[in-house]
Amino acid sequence: MASEGSRSSRLTARLGLARGHVEQRFTLDVALDFGPGLSVLFGPSGSGKTTILSAIAGLLRPASGKVTLASETLFDAQRGIDLAPDRRRVALVFQSLALFPHLDALGNVAYGVPGKSNKSERSERANAWLERMRVAHLARRYPSSFSGGEAQRVALARALASEPRALLLDEPFSALDQALVSELSAELAAHVDSLSLPVVLVTHDRNLARELGREVTLLRAGRVQQVGPAKQVLA
Amino acid sequence: MIDLEPLLLSFEVAALATCLASVCGVAIAALLSMPRVWGRELIDAAITAPMVLPPTVLGYYVLVLLGRESAIGHWFEALTGAPIVFTRGGAVVAATIGALPLISKAARAALEAVDPRLVGAARTLGASTLRAFLTVSLPLSRRGIVAGVMLGFARALGDFGITLMVAGNIPGQTRTASLAIYDAVLSGRDENATQLSLIMTALAMGVLIGVGYLTRQRQDGF
Repeated sequence: MASEGSRSSRLTARLGLARGHVEQRFTLDVALDFGPGLSVLFGPSGSGKTTILSAIAGLLRPASGKVTLASETLFDAQRGIDLAPDRRRVALVFQSLALFPHLDALGNVAYGVPGKSNKSERSERANAWLERMRVAHLARRYPSSFSGGEAQRVALARALASEPRALLLDEPFSALDQALVSELSAELAAHVDSLSLPVVLVTHDRNLARELGREVTLLRAGRVQQVGPAKQVLA
Repeated sequence: MIDLEPLLLSFEVAALATCLASVCGVAIAALLSMPRVWGRELIDAAITAPMVLPPTVLGYYVLVLLGRESAIGHWFEALTGAPIVFTRGGAVVAATIGALPLISKAARAALEAVDPRLVGAARTLGASTLRAFLTVSLPLSRRGIVAGVMLGFARALGDFGITLMVAGNIPGQTRTASLAIYDAVLSGRDENATQLSLIMTALAMGVLIGVGYLTRQRQDGF
């Protein structure tokens, strides 16, 4: 049964797309497979990491390929399936975090709370997520007043509050100093392990990828170069 | 004693026209700010044309399109018992056409300035295109849109050419402040013309100062 459970919450993506012209042509051609728990997608900037996350989330339409999540097809170029982002239940934390500047922390987190529950119920659940991320004291404050770490925590609370079936993190700690990165990444790792959904963390930070010590997919110039344990791939 | 009737009429017409032009202008701007809309520059040019075309040309088109002999004009008259052209309704249509490009231009610029990642975040959090527009794009571009609406109102308030072509110059019906100034000058009532002109100028200046204030504050937080 355990193996069936892990199979049902797998995220797979075969993606192909080409951009730009002759001299600056970028082609993406990857086949990815992420199980439940935290996986790392590692590569230098320009290797196509952000493009991959956008395609999985449905914000960008690849020319070819297929994306499946827990036995549901999110995208299939051949069969003409392309689920809208709001129907994929794939949460994406942008590198810029993309917190809504006109909403306070509570409003940001409550935004994605699913269901037609009433407003007080939504805030209650949003508050619970802020508490879990240890930023409940920010509830009534606006993103412009957050520190880097605080913004990071609110963004993560917002993503998780939407009850996603997969979580994508694009360079989540790029704006933070090293000490905070270690603290937050350890916290994140512990947190996502308690949820049984695929979590893909994109980074070009070798230290972070090593520190997380998860399965690493090494990406270079739009292609997967290697997949394996962090120690081996990033040796 | 100053005759307030043309001024009040101008306000009434401009208020209605601004409401119409705001709804249409923001809807068009939303459409134009979406990627992959076929012929969007053509639509944009058509909406912007009133800024550069002679009012007589615009007025003529409206007469052809909404006049008593036209299909729409015929239908409207059958429905309401009154024609569109040469009525207060015609003055509203004229002012709407004048205001529309100012509002849609400003709204498009403001909507396109919204970080697409914020809209993307809203979508991945489960918001439909419409909800993302209403709860993210619209509030974040509200300053630019309000500035455009204010400019549109000022433009609607002062329309002369299109109104004259489409609605004529009927006292109490379609003789707005700008038409009353024209009448006053022609009939040598200089004092009347001066008063109305000064009031119109003060209103326009007030609007422009307000718009300047709004657009300067735009970069600030919320």
